[in-house]
Amino acid sequence: MESAQVLDAKGLSCPMPIIRTKKEIDKLNSGEILEVHVTDKGALADMPAWANAAGHVILNQKEEAEVLTFLIRKG
Amino acid sequence: MEGIILPLKKRNYNTYGGNHLMTVIKMSAAQIARKVVENQPLFILDVRNTESYEEWKIEGRNFEYLNIPYFELLDGVNEILPKLPTDKEVLVVCAKEGSSLMVAEMVSDAGRDVFYLEGGMKSWSSHLEPIKLGELTSGGEIYQFVRLGKGCLSYMIISEGEAAIIDAVRFTDVFTNFAKERNVSIKHVFDTHLHADHISGGRLIAEETGATYYLPPKDADDVLFDFAPLEDGLTLKIGASKIEVGALYSPGHTIGSTSFIVDSTYLLTGDILFIDSIGRPDLAGVAEDWVGDLRETLYHRYRELAEDLIVLPAHFMIVKELNEDGTVAKRLGDLFKENHGLNMESEEEFYNTVTVNLPPQPNAYVQIRRVNMGKITPNNDEQTEMEIGPNRCAVR
Repeated sequence: MESAQVLDAKGLSCPMPIIRTKKEIDKLNSGEILEVHVTDKGALADMPAWANAAGHVILNQKEEAEVLTFLIRKG
Repeated sequence: MEGIILPLKKRNYNTYGGNHLMTVIKMSAAQIARKVVENQPLFILDVRNTESYEEWKIEGRNFEYLNIPYFELLDGVNEILPKLPTDKEVLVVCAKEGSSLMVAEMVSDAGRDVFYLEGGMKSWSSHLEPIKLGELTSGGEIYQFVRLGKGCLSYMIISEGEAAIIDAVRFTDVFTNFAKERNVSIKHVFDTHLHADHISGGRLIAEETGATYYLPPKDADDVLFDFAPLEDGLTLKIGASKIEVGALYSPGHTIGSTSFIVDSTYLLTGDILFIDSIGRPDLAGVAEDWVGDLRETLYHRYRELAEDLIVLPAHFMIVKELNEDGTVAKRLGDLFKENHGLNMESEEEFYNTVTVNLPPQPNAYVQIRRVNMGKITPNNDEQTEMEIGPNRCAVR
């Protein structure tokens, strides 16, 4: 699956990863996909909770070498 | 805003739009600790995700709460303004500070006075409040270190230039600095048992100060460091005078759990007996094996002790267990009357209470036990993560 956009939010701490993600998602059309890279551990719980509340779908998430990657489809 | 200690803080926080210079006020964990102890009112706007909030929050008798995650407030706080009182202080709380500062600034921008928690829940979990419990023989003193955010209680006994510490939490400098300020040298450091809910500072304090570190050998089969055996009947004197610290084997929470009687006045119960609850026997994975020990300790060994002893536990679970002065301490005889866990006639009821339908186990308790055995050495951030959440060592 091709990501429409990649957002590098590594090194940013809460709340910036979600703020940046929201900003990028706002630019997309419904159904388009954003890939987000985060190092702040708080995102583990907050990103899915935010996506759920905002009506977006987390298609995939993984953790590799301290980096969390989320694949988010705009709702 | 009179009567509040306010380091007024101005910040140019323009990363999320706008170029406003806004004013918000920070509140430290120590200031909140005073409010808890003094039963003051406070309105807490907790902006963590709902799961984290429901698991663990700042508890105060007169605190009110509203939980709205920060990520639901990115478009503005107008919808929640009517829910924020104007007749009491409003404190915004999050995990590490950043989000609470953002939300506080939005609230402040809307024309409201607002505080945020400096360092977030991470800082709340770490705060230790030392409170003097009383005087001992020949000018000695006993202090309780109350970790409000986590419900952990540590103790220091001071007498004639010497100190003993019991169940120290991992913020070792709080204890070593406290001893330095009072010009006493730490001689003995004890853990009543191998802790599963928090990381012990005992071994490090002993290493730093040259004190002896004691651990019950029955809890220490797997530990990878040297320690002195804490065994039933061990008696030590603190200072030159007659302050005695005597060990009383009292298994049940763990197989090695040991209590202390200090100066014939205080009974330090570790995680065996609390003010409004009793210890749980399952955190080392063998509840069924230890139920009998727990019953024996609570219903027989402790029954033989003087009822005027003041019980000092290693934890509290709810703020109701705090006394008016913020200490956690109660006469043993009163607990025999009032503590439900000491009043179950039927062994079957007791057995079921402490083995069936137990509350969830503490966060990362398997890892925490491994840290306390010296098997893993996580860095400070990892230790903070492990200790997030309530202690959950009791059954009610």
